[in-house]
Amino acid sequence: MSRAGIYLDNAASSPVDPRVVEVMVDALARHGANPTAAHDPGERAADAVARAREPVAAAIGAAPDDLIWTSGASEANNLAIQGVAAAFGRQPGHMITLSTEHPAVLGPMAALEARGWSITRLPVDANGLCEPETLAAALRPDTRLVSVMQVNNETGVCQDLAAIGEALRAHPAAFHVDAAQGAGKLPLDVEVIGADLVSLSAHKLHGPKGIGALYVRRRPAPHLAAVWHGGGQERGLRPGTPATHQILGMGKAYALAADHAPAESRRIAALRDRLWQRLAALGDVVRNGGPDRVAPGLLNVSVGGVHADALHYACAVGEPALAVSRGSACAAGSAASSYVLRAMGREPALAAASLRLSLGRFTSAADVDTAGRAIAAHIERLRAMAPMDTPADAVVA
Amino acid sequence: MNVYLDHNATTPLDERVLEAMLPHLRNQFGNAASRHAPGRTARAAIDAAREQVAALVGAHPGQVVFTAGGTEADNMALKGLSACRPGRLLYSAIEHPAVLETAEAMSVASATIAVDGQGRVDLADLDRQLAAGDVAVVAVMVANNETGAIQPVTEVADRVRAAGALLHVDGVQGAGKLVMRYPDTGAHTLAVSSHKIHGPKGVGALVLDKRVDIRPLLHGGGHESGLRGGTENTAAIVGFGAAAELAEAERAARADHTARLRDRLQAGLAAALPEAVVFAGDVARLPNTLQFAVPGFDGESLLMALDQFGFAVSSGSACASGSGEPSHVLLAMGVDPVVARGAIRVSLGKDNTEEEIDRFLSVLPSVARSQSMPGLNPAVMGG
Repeated sequence: MSRAGIYLDNAASSPVDPRVVEVMVDALARHGANPTAAHDPGERAADAVARAREPVAAAIGAAPDDLIWTSGASEANNLAIQGVAAAFGRQPGHMITLSTEHPAVLGPMAALEARGWSITRLPVDANGLCEPETLAAALRPDTRLVSVMQVNNETGVCQDLAAIGEALRAHPAAFHVDAAQGAGKLPLDVEVIGADLVSLSAHKLHGPKGIGALYVRRRPAPHLAAVWHGGGQERGLRPGTPATHQILGMGKAYALAADHAPAESRRIAALRDRLWQRLAALGDVVRNGGPDRVAPGLLNVSVGGVHADALHYACAVGEPALAVSRGSACAAGSAASSYVLRAMGREPALAAASLRLSLGRFTSAADVDTAGRAIAAHIERLRAMAPMDTPADAVVA
Repeated sequence: MNVYLDHNATTPLDERVLEAMLPHLRNQFGNAASRHAPGRTARAAIDAAREQVAALVGAHPGQVVFTAGGTEADNMALKGLSACRPGRLLYSAIEHPAVLETAEAMSVASATIAVDGQGRVDLADLDRQLAAGDVAVVAVMVANNETGAIQPVTEVADRVRAAGALLHVDGVQGAGKLVMRYPDTGAHTLAVSSHKIHGPKGVGALVLDKRVDIRPLLHGGGHESGLRGGTENTAAIVGFGAAAELAEAERAARADHTARLRDRLQAGLAAALPEAVVFAGDVARLPNTLQFAVPGFDGESLLMALDQFGFAVSSGSACASGSGEPSHVLLAMGVDPVVARGAIRVSLGKDNTEEEIDRFLSVLPSVARSQSMPGLNPAVMGG
């Protein structure tokens, strides 16, 4: 960070592990060749790319060759959704997802909807969960894809993917999981959940930005057509010169995550719980997402009695500066309250007055204690300055 | 000692570019979409890089949309423009697979524009096809990646615009090698790539006139003015910016240097292997590119033999290597398929030396002849 501050926005992007940087710098210096070139430097780059598949595939119980490298989880989500649609050509069908999915899932589905596809966006309960029965009831004969995220990016809520996969097992629709926030941190096995397509990210796991992967089941293969063309790389599903250093960085990030889990998850969950206890003690602070179903690094709270903008401003300019977010970084530019929290039944004002605090490998106990103290002080000061019986309605205006 | 002569496939990363990238791999890790200090730091770095890339192609920073590379930019242009403008798609027969295969995969009616024997777009054929009507989008590259032949882009643009159609130009091979100014090309969209100009792989850009309707290829999150979803790859974008600034500053010097080496190579080739055929030899080419064939020899075998001597060259596009098929570019030029199979592309870079060219020339004739003498040990021949 540019000045001393505490970074609690690991769900937006996480610091690259120095060991990952080392691998990337080495790759930038040594593996400059085009991995698709037939000469010796090209083949060495291709070998390195092949080895990097192993730890990434292992994180989800897949085989190395099941992965398609993409420029990130957003592209992987787009490829899964648009690719299934493309495989059905000009015959628009039906897709199902949750109303709380990431914009990189909701966006391509909305684009398909404009082209005649029918999209069902299922509601979630107050804990952010979707019942497998609800999902099963939404299936139609022409349902081509069901997309459910592993860990919600705003709340950390983990869907019961095994139960959802079971509910889908008898239906031919492809099952896609956006695992950008959870893969490498929480157990995920494509065989257990019966996933056909899984989107993976590196930069949420202390790896580099600009690289991700889509798992594509080989047997039975989902109906999936290429969305981009040219060059035939990645089983013909993703053209373009492979970005060797990014791929090697992603491989290292997943290898390190495997070394650290599950002890790292336990440490981070304990810190998160400590932070929650500090904030809960203030009163009129509500936790979003059922506590027993939230990923270790995430804490999303709605704070009553303060103006949301004032709280975020105080966090940003206070001493120490706190890098926190309101929800998805992708929606950071918009003043609208979180659609994820509203889908969980939070009234708009409380949904707007939310703080997403996300912890990572480099978050220390001291960071959490200092940040907890600072946030508590901001809330108390703002409440004293502008007492409000109810959360500010002005926020959503 | 390895000699890298495949710069049209990819280029080594410039150390100055790596230096620029390092802070964004190490300490500056914010998501550019975040509003807090780390996020704003990333946003500022991306804005600066956008200016550098814009300057390379004479565009306004607001016209630059960052992508994951040239291939994505080509896909975005063709599919995105076609989605908003019904009608036929025309593309030159020598386009890169990122354009060629995209056009073939699209559901709109399309046709190729012929090229002449020197590998340049045949303007008369373009006129005929435009006159047939219903053309929405035309795609032509600035310069061919295999032969290096520079295309008459402004002449194409005049015709395409007169016909009321949109022009996409694949400028991947032209950037940093030629003076390529977006406003002068007449293109509506222009694709560029970082790793062809000593920048990192995994980043490119589509330069576009935002008054033209285009449908995004990647949806979600509202990044890049809503035209390209996904967290920006800050380190790579910063690297692209640094590479673009260096390419612009050093363009003339690099062009002079590689042209001198290329001409030395071509003269040496003519002397050592008089039977060698140079492709697009009579027209303006990229300063760094020489594609030739030695009749009677197989390009792939020659490539592999040269590789054993430490020379990295290509038979054409890296993407199609290993396929054993003769180059679609050479076939479109009317080259005999047997001759086309013998093609070797040498593409030079700023760091190649005269000594490397001379070494290549000293090895090439014997390697070429060894292809008809199986069993000869290259290590012995290398001496």
